[in-house]
Amino acid sequence: MNLLKLVFGVYPYIVLTVFFVGSWIRYDHEQYTWKTDSSMLLSRRHMVLASNLFHVGIISIFLGHFAGLVLPHALWIALGVSDMAHQWLAIAAGSVFGTLCLVGATILWLRRVFNPRVRAASRYMDNAILSLILVTLLLGLSTLPVSIGHAGHGDASVMLALAAWVNSVVTLNPQPELLADVEPVFRLHMFLGMTVFLLFPFSRLVHVWTAPFTYLGRAYQIVRSKRRARASA
Amino acid sequence: MKIRAQFAMVFNLDKCIGCHTCSVTCKNVWSNRKGIEYAWFNNVESKPGIGYPKQWENQEKWKGGWEKINGKLELKAGGRVKKLVQIFANPNMPQIDDYYEPFTYDYARLQNAPLSEAAPTARPVSQITGEKMDKITWGPNWEDDLAGEFAARAQDPNFSRMEKEIYKQFQNTFHLYLPRICNHCINPACVASCPSGAMYKREEDGIVLADQDRCRGWRMCISGCPYKKVFFNWESSKAEKCIGCYPRVESGLPTVCSESCVGRIRYNGIILYDADRLLDAAGTDDPQDLYQAHLDLFVDPNDPAIIAQALADGVPQAWIDAAQKSPIYKMAVEWKIAFPLHPEFRTLPMIWYVPPLSPVQSQIDQKNLPTEADGVIPKAEAMRLPVQYLANLFTAGRTAYVTSALNRLIAMRSYMRSVHVDGRPDTRALAAAGIDEHTAKQMYRYLAIANYEDRFVIPTSHEEIRLDDYYGFQGQNGFTFGNDSSPGVSPNSLFPERRRETVESREPAPLAPRD
Repeated sequence: MNLLKLVFGVYPYIVLTVFFVGSWIRYDHEQYTWKTDSSMLLSRRHMVLASNLFHVGIISIFLGHFAGLVLPHALWIALGVSDMAHQWLAIAAGSVFGTLCLVGATILWLRRVFNPRVRAASRYMDNAILSLILVTLLLGLSTLPVSIGHAGHGDASVMLALAAWVNSVVTLNPQPELLADVEPVFRLHMFLGMTVFLLFPFSRLVHVWTAPFTYLGRAYQIVRSKRRARASA
Repeated sequence: MKIRAQFAMVFNLDKCIGCHTCSVTCKNVWSNRKGIEYAWFNNVESKPGIGYPKQWENQEKWKGGWEKINGKLELKAGGRVKKLVQIFANPNMPQIDDYYEPFTYDYARLQNAPLSEAAPTARPVSQITGEKMDKITWGPNWEDDLAGEFAARAQDPNFSRMEKEIYKQFQNTFHLYLPRICNHCINPACVASCPSGAMYKREEDGIVLADQDRCRGWRMCISGCPYKKVFFNWESSKAEKCIGCYPRVESGLPTVCSESCVGRIRYNGIILYDADRLLDAAGTDDPQDLYQAHLDLFVDPNDPAIIAQALADGVPQAWIDAAQKSPIYKMAVEWKIAFPLHPEFRTLPMIWYVPPLSPVQSQIDQKNLPTEADGVIPKAEAMRLPVQYLANLFTAGRTAYVTSALNRLIAMRSYMRSVHVDGRPDTRALAAAGIDEHTAKQMYRYLAIANYEDRFVIPTSHEEIRLDDYYGFQGQNGFTFGNDSSPGVSPNSLFPERRRETVESREPAPLAPRD
């Protein structure tokens, strides 16, 4: 029980603190290390396919988790989405985008481990974070049969427990005991998923923070002036 | 009208001997780091040839530069939305083999090999993987002096509009050296392609730089530059490019490639242009009119109205003085003997080229070439270097401009020969080429003598006046590994920042042109 408290009562806050404060410190002080770390120059083979599958998959999965678990349950009820519809939706979206992401991540992982050039240019964290994402993803996908089993019996209780736990963490009232009766595969998936966010500021994943949406509204040409720098100093 | 000053260069191809001193000095000064072993900010190509990286001129392959779509100027690889859609994997991104796999040799083997009958060999070692390479199959200058067979060389897109099979025959072979650096364009496609806004043009001197701290490695600039002169550092995952040797130029020194050029082919100087009209010029309908439109963008630094406007726009008097003495202005605008490289890419490049003449002169002297009535200027079609080929390089294929420039170069030589050898000035060729004696003498001084002070007219940027505390900036300038020379500091800093704002501002200039 103490382990449950540690992992689902304390660990989430360690993760969130490191995730936000770590990202902030790195952005502040290590701009030069803030980058995508693309290895496309070294090997283009399968990159267009794999990178697109991986990114589309993982971003969709993130948004799906956010919508399904972090947004308040009452919102979905108000929108007229029943708990069973919610669960089937989660299962469907999770299988589709999880599979896309799995195919992409597997190709990227094979490339990173077996392509001599990419391997040579890889840092320890590049291998670690990709492997961790891949394992977390596999665990996430292996929760699908369990969820389908529950849904088949019209039972949404596990999903509701998970959402309630997430809400309890977000509202600073952690209730790890909500997860006591949830299948271990969920808990393992959740633990590794949180670990991804723990390592996030120390890995290449930080590039997500600076997704360049401002490009859409920017003039093409950028001219910088030193005179201006002096005027504002 | 908005007058801006541009640091520009002219390369006189007539005198380039292909010694690669420029490339080697540049390499040693700026790009000897891990990750850009393969990158040559300055390289010298043998033309015809496919160049470095392979086929860089073929924009159907790389989608670099701009094009006019439905009357609108747009990046050839697509606009902002398409860029973001393709951001996970840039489909136009070159692979390192398009440049070459960087290598060194196992030199230690030569010293520690056991005694043997055969001499030990130093095998090539990849600088990426550290593994031995079986064979080096491509390099930065693989086609040096027309190495390789014609079929490979003939992939050169500059053979368009030509019967290239003729040049397969040995007696018709031709060859020129083409030194290339970043063109520090007036309408740079790399800057426009950069999603994170890390690439920028400096307002003071027009040098185009990649902010090492701001760059996120989205790699759109790599393919966006039609000259393939932005390189991806595979170790740091940042874009790196020719910096126009700005720490030297700011001090009034020429770039290292120019300084070290043994053929004295490189000219550095200031040219003034009207920044308000740059998009009109880049958007000229007919690609063959782009050279003229580019030329029309430049303004006369001796015109009092222009001088007044330039001062009002913040161009220092010292820079206007330099623009008046600029070798660039003389060659490009007054004499019209220098041309931009591939104006059809619509980036308005600012490294211009005097087309090569040699070895025509000896053929004329030996009466081997059919000439015009003056007996000096050869018929355009008689030149060894096909005028069409040069026109494909410099004027989007229109030959008249190149022919006129070549004729002026020949006429100048003919005239100076008459002065020095015959002792009696013969101006017939000058008249045919449309230049006067004074111009011919000036051209002789700049092209043949090419004194240091004529080649390099570079005003300093007067950092000592501009900075409140210039000692505070000591040791921070130049090419750094980031977190250093540019602010790279978020406005909402987590920690108090000692050096809040250094001189390279991250803010766009107030009058940056909107497209």
